[in-house]
Amino acid sequence: MIPELGHYALVLALLVAAYQSLAPLVAAARGHAAVMETAVPAAQSQFILVATAFAALTYAYVTSDFSVANVAQNSHSAKPLLYKITGVWGNHEGSLLLWALILTLFGAAVATFGANLPPALKARVLAVQGMIGAGFLAFMLFTSNPFLRLDPAPPDGRGLNPLLQDPGLAFHPPFLYLGYVGFSMAFSFAVAALIEGRVDAAWARWVRPWTLAAWGFLTVGIGLGSWWAYYELGWGGFWFWDPVENASFMPWLVGTALLHSAVVVEKRDALKSWTILLAILTFGLSLIGTFLVRSGVLTSVHAFAVDPERGIFILGLLLLAIGGSLVLYAWRAPALRAAGAGLFKPVSREGAMVLNNLLLSVAAATVFLGTLYPLFLDMIGGGKISVGAPYFNSTFVPLMVPLLAAVAVGPMLAWKRGDLEGVAARMRIAFLVTVAVALLAVGLAGDWTNALAGLGIGLGVWAIAGALVEWAGRIQLFRAPLADSLRRAAGLPRSFYGMSIAHAALGVVVLGITASSAWQTEVIKVVRAGESIQVASYTLRLSDVREARGPNYVSQLARIDVARGGQPVAVLEPEKRRYPVEGNNTTEAAIYTTWFADLYVVLGDPDEKGGWVIRAYHNPLVPWIWGGAVLMFVGGLVSLSDRRHRVGAPRRSAAAEPATAPSGTA
Amino acid sequence: MMRRLALALMLALAALPARAAVSPDEILADPTLEARARGITKQLRCLVCQNQSIDDSNAPLARDLRILVRERLKAGDGDSAVIAFVVARYGDFVLLRPPVKATTWLLWFGPALLFLGAAIFLWLRARRRMTAPVAPAPLDADEQKKLDALMGGESPRRRGSP
Repeated sequence: MIPELGHYALVLALLVAAYQSLAPLVAAARGHAAVMETAVPAAQSQFILVATAFAALTYAYVTSDFSVANVAQNSHSAKPLLYKITGVWGNHEGSLLLWALILTLFGAAVATFGANLPPALKARVLAVQGMIGAGFLAFMLFTSNPFLRLDPAPPDGRGLNPLLQDPGLAFHPPFLYLGYVGFSMAFSFAVAALIEGRVDAAWARWVRPWTLAAWGFLTVGIGLGSWWAYYELGWGGFWFWDPVENASFMPWLVGTALLHSAVVVEKRDALKSWTILLAILTFGLSLIGTFLVRSGVLTSVHAFAVDPERGIFILGLLLLAIGGSLVLYAWRAPALRAAGAGLFKPVSREGAMVLNNLLLSVAAATVFLGTLYPLFLDMIGGGKISVGAPYFNSTFVPLMVPLLAAVAVGPMLAWKRGDLEGVAARMRIAFLVTVAVALLAVGLAGDWTNALAGLGIGLGVWAIAGALVEWAGRIQLFRAPLADSLRRAAGLPRSFYGMSIAHAALGVVVLGITASSAWQTEVIKVVRAGESIQVASYTLRLSDVREARGPNYVSQLARIDVARGGQPVAVLEPEKRRYPVEGNNTTEAAIYTTWFADLYVVLGDPDEKGGWVIRAYHNPLVPWIWGGAVLMFVGGLVSLSDRRHRVGAPRRSAAAEPATAPSGTA
Repeated sequence: MMRRLALALMLALAALPARAAVSPDEILADPTLEARARGITKQLRCLVCQNQSIDDSNAPLARDLRILVRERLKAGDGDSAVIAFVVARYGDFVLLRPPVKATTWLLWFGPALLFLGAAIFLWLRARRRMTAPVAPAPLDADEQKKLDALMGGESPRRRGSP
């Protein structure tokens, strides 16, 4: 009964979405204020309906109702409750439902809190949101219905892939989708602006908070995914340039560019048409990311042919959303270029933002090319090739070098015309510190010849130093009395703090990536109980390996005593788990984390003579990667709390209303 | 249909785990040779896996290839000779760094071309703006008509646009 209720709610939601995508749009063109206003209850009820459907599916999972095909295929009665719930989105159908839930949540949020939006803009934004919703709901109902029943119901479910039964991965999709779908708001605003034919500072101010929030969530989502890969896949790597990872990384790169170009629109009334294009591309890549991962095309072209119905629906949706908006862009964007607006010199804050956008866009294009090229070549019969980490290391990484060099300097340049010499003078000490730290790092690692590692460390330090120098300059640190500086520090806008934190966080991430890639120590040995191995400055002694039992798995659990300089510092218990229901094995690494490194231990196979293969890694600065990602998210939140996003949410004056809106509605 | 897709997805997921691969019995006694072996095996794809190098896959085929690479190195082959040996057997597909040839020119030079193209475009535009930035384009007849209509017919409050 409850699954049918969910199914019914989903059908109703589709109908509401269809109404929402059409009626407000027509009303906005014709100036029917009353009909435009119906977009608000439509968006709200669409959310309530999808939430009902989501609750119904969750209920089926929690009560292990195996008469629902989706539950039978992806759950098991013996699974812990947490993974029963997260199992809802651990599969194709459920994850689409989660996507739709977040989409309608955001739509409802605009409808509810967008009272200060001009009515015509709001109606159009909600209509575009309705279109996206209608596309997804139709896809779900026609090809991927999570509520289909099985008769007779199987006695138990097939279980969830044990790899997914993990807290890191359980919350990875929701954050990722909050990011992807958050960009749908920027997209809807962009399309609405194209229809209206106007983009101004007020528009940019409405778009920015959504972009910021989406970017922050996506950052956390990618970070969680990478963290999971790090501790679950068992060798201490954190990024594999896997197509699935790249699919989420592309929208992040373009979204980051969008975040910056929207600032230029807001402050300087320039880069308007480019910003619209970025908003379209960011969401387009989010859609491509969702679908590529979910359709299995990335695994092989043939997965697409296996299920042509879904594949064709997906292609149609992508074509309609991305193609349609790009056509609209080509048609309407030329009208957006206001003559003489926002001129600037190449060396200026705007110029720095353009450089940022150039590098990030080319970087995203590189990832796109590397991810899809094998598919493309195979399709045109050009043979099979593989594009792996070595390709990205030699194409993507070089683009990050100038980006990192510029990230420290860009915020110091003035709008319109910057003073590069002045900045160079301010950064002189920071530069010396950067070089010194880089030399110190390669020296400490005893790796003098590793110029690339030195460069990486230097760029990380440089980004952090730039943020600090700019902050110190703004508050006149050491130049004004301390109390004066503190007063200035308190008076700086939160968006400044947000930006500085995010830029410094990028430096932290780069330090983590560089140090852990360049200076990982690896020891792989067969060890018997009582024997020890040496990893970096730690001594690891295997005390025993015993059988243990979890709620839905059995495991072999090793106990390893870790000592440093004769002093015990930790006990590590790496595990090999076997999940009988799913018939899978997983390795659970044990990690001893300090501020400056991870000691990472994996239990391998036993040999015949009572020994066990132990893989131990010392990963310097690796925790900084995820610490940095969290810090970036914090930066986004701080910037989001800036008062201009709260109080300053601008009203367009009645005079500025586009001509299509009826007079007197604002 | 559905079952085959599900199977394909499950295989894809099943191929993901267990990236820790090299076992102690494979490791060469000579640390320089072993380091070279690791460098090579990181560039070779595990053919039965999804986007994994043979260095971090514990599929039996990957192990065989790792041992093969080490044997070639012990026999005195240079790094590129070892890679050429493996490519001769398995084709370009085995290379995680695809070779530069006609079918991969776009892949290899695309990013650089895009960057240069965009940079040149931006540079030209900046120069054009700097040399002739002042006069906005004159109104065409259509715009002039609109302006006249606005100036003539509309209430004055419409003019105060920000």
